Amino acid sequence: MFAYYFEMALRSFRRSPGLTVLMVLTIAIGVAACMTTLTVFHVLSGDPIPHKSAQLFNVQLAADAQGDHKEDDEPTFQLTRLDAQTLLAEKRGDRQVMMSGGGVAIEPEGQRAILTSARYSSADFFPMFEVPMLYGTGWTAADDQNAARVMVISEEINERVFGGADSRGKILRVRDKDFRIIGVAKRWRPVPHFYDLSIGDFRNSEDVYLPFSTAMELKFGTMGNFSCWGTHAPNTSRDVGASCAWIQYWVELGTPQKAASYLQYLKDYAEAQRRAGRFERPSSLARIWSVMDWLAHRQVVPKDVQLQVWLAFGFLLVCLVNTVGLLLAKSLRRSGEIGVRRALGAPRRAIFWQFLVEAGSLGLAGGLLGLALTAIGLWAVRQGSSSFANYVQLDGAMLGTTLGLALMASLAAGLLPAWRACQVMPALQLKTQ
Amino acid sequence: MDILPILATLRRHKTASGLIVLQVALTCAIVCNALFLISQRLERIAEPSGMADEELVLFNVSGLSKSQDPVAATRADLVTLRGLPGVKSVAIINQLPYGDNFWASGMRLLPDQNAEGVGVANYFAGEGWLQTTGLRLLAGRDFTNDEYQEQSTLDESAVRKIPAVIINQALAKRLFPKGDAVGQTVYVDGPEPLRVVGVLDTLLSPNPGGEGEHERFTMMLPVRPSYSSGVYMVRVDPAQREAVLSAGAAALEKLDARRIVREKRHFIDTRDNYYRQDRNMAWLMGAVCLALLLVTSFGIVGLASFWVQQRTRMIGTRRALGATRGQILRYFQTENFLLTSLGIVLGMSAAYGISLLLMKSYELPRLPWAYLPVGAVLLWALGQIAVLAPARRAAALPPVAALRGN
Repeated sequence: MFAYYFEMALRSFRRSPGLTVLMVLTIAIGVAACMTTLTVFHVLSGDPIPHKSAQLFNVQLAADAQGDHKEDDEPTFQLTRLDAQTLLAEKRGDRQVMMSGGGVAIEPEGQRAILTSARYSSADFFPMFEVPMLYGTGWTAADDQNAARVMVISEEINERVFGGADSRGKILRVRDKDFRIIGVAKRWRPVPHFYDLSIGDFRNSEDVYLPFSTAMELKFGTMGNFSCWGTHAPNTSRDVGASCAWIQYWVELGTPQKAASYLQYLKDYAEAQRRAGRFERPSSLARIWSVMDWLAHRQVVPKDVQLQVWLAFGFLLVCLVNTVGLLLAKSLRRSGEIGVRRALGAPRRAIFWQFLVEAGSLGLAGGLLGLALTAIGLWAVRQGSSSFANYVQLDGAMLGTTLGLALMASLAAGLLPAWRACQVMPALQLKTQ
Repeated sequence: MDILPILATLRRHKTASGLIVLQVALTCAIVCNALFLISQRLERIAEPSGMADEELVLFNVSGLSKSQDPVAATRADLVTLRGLPGVKSVAIINQLPYGDNFWASGMRLLPDQNAEGVGVANYFAGEGWLQTTGLRLLAGRDFTNDEYQEQSTLDESAVRKIPAVIINQALAKRLFPKGDAVGQTVYVDGPEPLRVVGVLDTLLSPNPGGEGEHERFTMMLPVRPSYSSGVYMVRVDPAQREAVLSAGAAALEKLDARRIVREKRHFIDTRDNYYRQDRNMAWLMGAVCLALLLVTSFGIVGLASFWVQQRTRMIGTRRALGATRGQILRYFQTENFLLTSLGIVLGMSAAYGISLLLMKSYELPRLPWAYLPVGAVLLWALGQIAVLAPARRAAALPPVAALRGN
């Protein structure tokens, strides 16, 4: 039966090609608008480290001065160096890391200096965030202790400077100091740049990685959000004990029980600091956030992207109403044909299915065309300058969703006309003929 | 024109008329809000910087080694840049509107650290900043030579003693609503007093158009950054912009081989780049509006054509009974006007509803009333244009069509 309905649909399309093209085009544009914006949304709101995001927690302490803060105002979203170093030394999580972004110029021998983005972190960074390694490994806690002059470089820098060879043991000069390369990280681009949102939500991962202690000892410049209170000489603001919050601190906690007890430990720590007179704000402001909660809390998905999704769905809705209207006009125009079919014994159900199949075929055609338009739309997004432009790709799930959306939309649009078509009274139609 | 027969006819085509009304309503609601969003973006983009945008060229310099005397190096850089052909004036500044850097401080009217503060974007610049940026003083004066000091000196002391500050108009109005800002005392990040010596007409924050107060309120302090923490601003004859950009970079690198020019750029490019997202959004909204209007007009053409075809007999009868072509034409035009009007009324309430939702979820301002008549006129015009072709086809039907049947 289905094949027969499909053939009838094709015949009907051939009879009014202009109208058919118009309807297919309307569905295709509506679906493509939705899918382009949804794909961007899907990519930006994705989980950067799916199998582990529930076990990694960002740590927040309200170390800042009371000032004119209200009771429940947000605490600074980073830690002071003193708090970070204390928590790191007490090692209450399965793993923990303190870090900051930075920028250094590296001087490969015989080549022009290269300005690179850098991450200064403690040793657990590599296992915690599962940085894939091409050669070697990250450094150890002992290297942190000794402020060792070691570094991990990215695959891109390794290709640019060493032509992609295993560069372990090679020396790179940074600010007149020699650093030994101990590892090369494979191309690695968590989207968003979740472990440090203070330098841009969708930044590329870093070019070079250095131990935090080494970078501090050599007074390398840092990058990112720096929030200070109280009075101190500005050139001491990176010292241990300075009243400035600028360090991202993450902890890995394998189970919900561990997370609960870590939060308690953190609150106890804040309360102890309060009693000692170091903290002024309530200890209840101490918080941990899992990766996805942190991304939601920091509102990583740009509002413009959300607005675009709403706009696209509004557009699709208008396209649908339009399709309903055109399908209805078309089916009413064919009342005579329906009358004949009904008089020849076709039950109402058959008419209903016939029109639904026709609507569905339009939807499929619209979906296929919509897919092509979505690809063009995403290509246009990639040509744009937004920081996330490079990441936006159509994946299998989105491909299926596109076709599904088109089919659903057209079937929904076809319901009313199909129902109206099967209401046609055969006798009346035959008489007016 | 008698509208009663039209209403009687429409009552017999409730579904099709309902669909047109619905489509017009949705389009009206979305287009009103989208137009408002576009106008907001355009307003943001058009905000003047108050600077000589077209004449500014910027250089960022980084050292490969730790500099022995950054202050002297900076002074030498400024002299070199000033000597380039086509250069009008030169200054160093810690951050600029539309830039990546953003430094803000708390400003208070009392020395007490816990007194209520205002977040203020914190600009530092050396001599010549006023001429170089092209900013305009509304009241008061520029800094005097003895008010300037080096940032490196300031960085070493826990107590910042800065004698003077120049604030922007917005901040002056916020702190001193009576308009007597010049000569007043303020406190920035500490208990040391600063005297307000001038008020600038405009000084945008590094991140203009943002939501926070430090994105509206700004101040300038007489503090010279060194090259490692500042940006060189060079005001040039616009015709020689490109030449100064390359000559400047070469001259700076020649002064000290252990430094690299990290960035050299035109100020207008930075500005362009900063507003790119807004421009994209405005274009996108505009395209969607256009597509919506197109789709809606196709819908009207489609349904009107169908009605004309369906009513051939009625039209023929009316023509045979003496109705003129103009009357038939006006019949369809009036019918469309009625449907569109109903759609517009519904659409306006929907537009308002959407606006309320947007206000709640995205902190957007309320849709101004003026957008509703704009949307209405747009859709009325669209409806009349879309219905014209089918209506003319109807008017062209000969009376004999009634006899032939359909």
